[in-house]
Amino acid sequence: MTREQAMVPEAEFRSYYGQPVIKAPIWHEPHMPVYLYLGGLSGAASTMAAAALLSGHDRLGRTARVTAVLGAVAGAGCLVAELGRPERFFNMLRVFKPTSPMSMGSWTLAAHSALTSLALAPTITGALGSVAARSASRSAASRSAVSRRSTSGFATRVAVTPPAFAIRAAVTPPAFRPARGSRWSGGFHGALSGEGAVGALVAGLPVAGDAAVVVSALTGPLMATYTAVLLADTAVPAWHAAHRELPFLFAGSALASAGAAGMLGTPAAQAGPARATAVLGAAVETVAGAVLERRLGLVGEPYGEGRAGRLLRAARALTVGGGLLAAVAGRSRPLAAMSGLALTAGALCTRFGVLAAGRASAADPKYTVVPQRRLAEEPEETP
Amino acid sequence: MAERMGFFTDTSICIGCKACEVACKEWNDVPDDGFVFRATSYDNTGSLGADTWRHVAFIEQRAPAGGDGGEGIDRWLMSSDVCKHCTHAACLDVCPTGALFRTEFGTVVVQADICNGCGYCVPACPYGVIDRRERDGRAWKCTMCYDRQLGGLEPACAKACPTDSIQFGPLDELRARAEERVTALHEAGRPEARLYGESPDDGVGGAGAFFLLLDDPEVYGLPPAPVVTTRDLPQMWRWAGGAALTLAGALALCFGVPSRRRG
Ligand code: SF4
Ligand code: SF4
Repeated sequence: MTREQAMVPEAEFRSYYGQPVIKAPIWHEPHMPVYLYLGGLSGAASTMAAAALLSGHDRLGRTARVTAVLGAVAGAGCLVAELGRPERFFNMLRVFKPTSPMSMGSWTLAAHSALTSLALAPTITGALGSVAARSASRSAASRSAVSRRSTSGFATRVAVTPPAFAIRAAVTPPAFRPARGSRWSGGFHGALSGEGAVGALVAGLPVAGDAAVVVSALTGPLMATYTAVLLADTAVPAWHAAHRELPFLFAGSALASAGAAGMLGTPAAQAGPARATAVLGAAVETVAGAVLERRLGLVGEPYGEGRAGRLLRAARALTVGGGLLAAVAGRSRPLAAMSGLALTAGALCTRFGVLAAGRASAADPKYTVVPQRRLAEEPEETP
Repeated sequence: MAERMGFFTDTSICIGCKACEVACKEWNDVPDDGFVFRATSYDNTGSLGADTWRHVAFIEQRAPAGGDGGEGIDRWLMSSDVCKHCTHAACLDVCPTGALFRTEFGTVVVQADICNGCGYCVPACPYGVIDRRERDGRAWKCTMCYDRQLGGLEPACAKACPTDSIQFGPLDELRARAEERVTALHEAGRPEARLYGESPDDGVGGAGAFFLLLDDPEVYGLPPAPVVTTRDLPQMWRWAGGAALTLAGALALCFGVPSRRRG
């Protein structure tokens, strides 16, 4: 098919003074492409958190949970800001409409935000617990006592409940931090266990949180890929024709983004699976992008030209470079940081590039008229 | 549901007076769309949009007379474009708030009190009709004068059209009338006359507002063979589902292999 199209000389077509036939997407930059990035990041990160929970990668799981909720909340913010009438955001949840990818996406985002927030609850109560524990006694000795007492509590049975450490590490000055080697599975429950209902609630949160993580492994992959359907389900030729590759491009990019966040936010020793995710994601993104441009032919031109072409070439270089760095980074902190930043920049460039390609594709009547003309003339050719 | 109503715009008798554009603006209180000198034709309106619900296109051509290489003569095409009120309307399909709805007349209308300006309908329309009014934040387009129809009146543009180039009525009747008109034109030696959007078998299931054209649709700025984008939606979700599973599988793979934790 590509060869056939290549044999056709410069496409000839007629138009109304060269004006576009369809309207270009009016979505704003940076809101829209940043939302596409954040949605993907959050979706892949929540799935990563579930994988970490099930495989016992506690430290990486905490990074993934924090990434997932930040991505979802910031993404929702971008989405609201993008609306012409932001105060009417909740009209999105007025109907449940399977023919509208944006309706499906809004419901997914709502569920996903709730789940990822709940998934963070144990970490936050952990931080609160640590504050409570600290105010009870500021001595390191008492903290280790609390920690020991908690081993009889609920939290230890939920093996991966990650309470205090993550946020504690983030918000506590180094002098207050417990020693690196200490197990931190649930230090705060003991401190609060005597307080009846509050204690029960707090003890229940880790279970709910872990359940939420597992369910967010369902909303996560959807979050990362529904945006491809969102774009493809338009009259924009470069998007509609790419409906096979775009989901894989976005899924790969989301994996790379979440891998990057995992590498940036986790000590290298515990970030092994994040590096693997980054490498795999970068590979999927690169292959999907290459297949897309090759298969689309004429309609795919905008992906390689002008601003979109520049952005997507930059994205490819950053993604391939970041992926290779992730593959060799190992325990090297600087290499991991470089890789994470390159992959993040690459994922952002991909989203900005895809939006730019859509705009260019809509602006030139050639991409609307020529393929439709071919389609319209086909029946006449066959007797 | 009442009978499906429609427009039949017979461009062969359009005189380019723009009475329809003006009538539409007056009745519907559509704001100024700017006066841009385009230096292309008598058309300084440009295209349909949030503030332009009827748009008259002007095309000056030198066409061979009689079709057998005779002396070139000037031909002046004029056509009043409008929302097609598609049977399978992409704008309506993709609208996430339900602001766009199908009326009892079979037309497609935006409810201004519901629309949150998400902008999804804009690139979804295969004809480039609907647009967001940036000062207002909401999407706007032709309503086929829903309010006038409710009151038993014909839409403002059809009412104002001095040549009856714009005809309003039950869609079935209009389709029959249009067939007759094309046949008559063919018999009168106008083989280039053709209908556009009249067939219920086309990519949008037939337009509620269809046209008689004297040249290829793209010459008037219309897409030659539009297809409602949501026709491929099930297929799109399948590919997205495949990608979603790939993502989940990739993570299972990355975390399933024994981690190289050494610290
Ligand atoms: S022409 Fe466009 S705006 Fe009008 S009904 Fe069809 S899809 Fe909607
Ligand atoms: S801009 Fe308004 S009418 Fe258009 S899809 Fe969004 S909510 Fe619906």
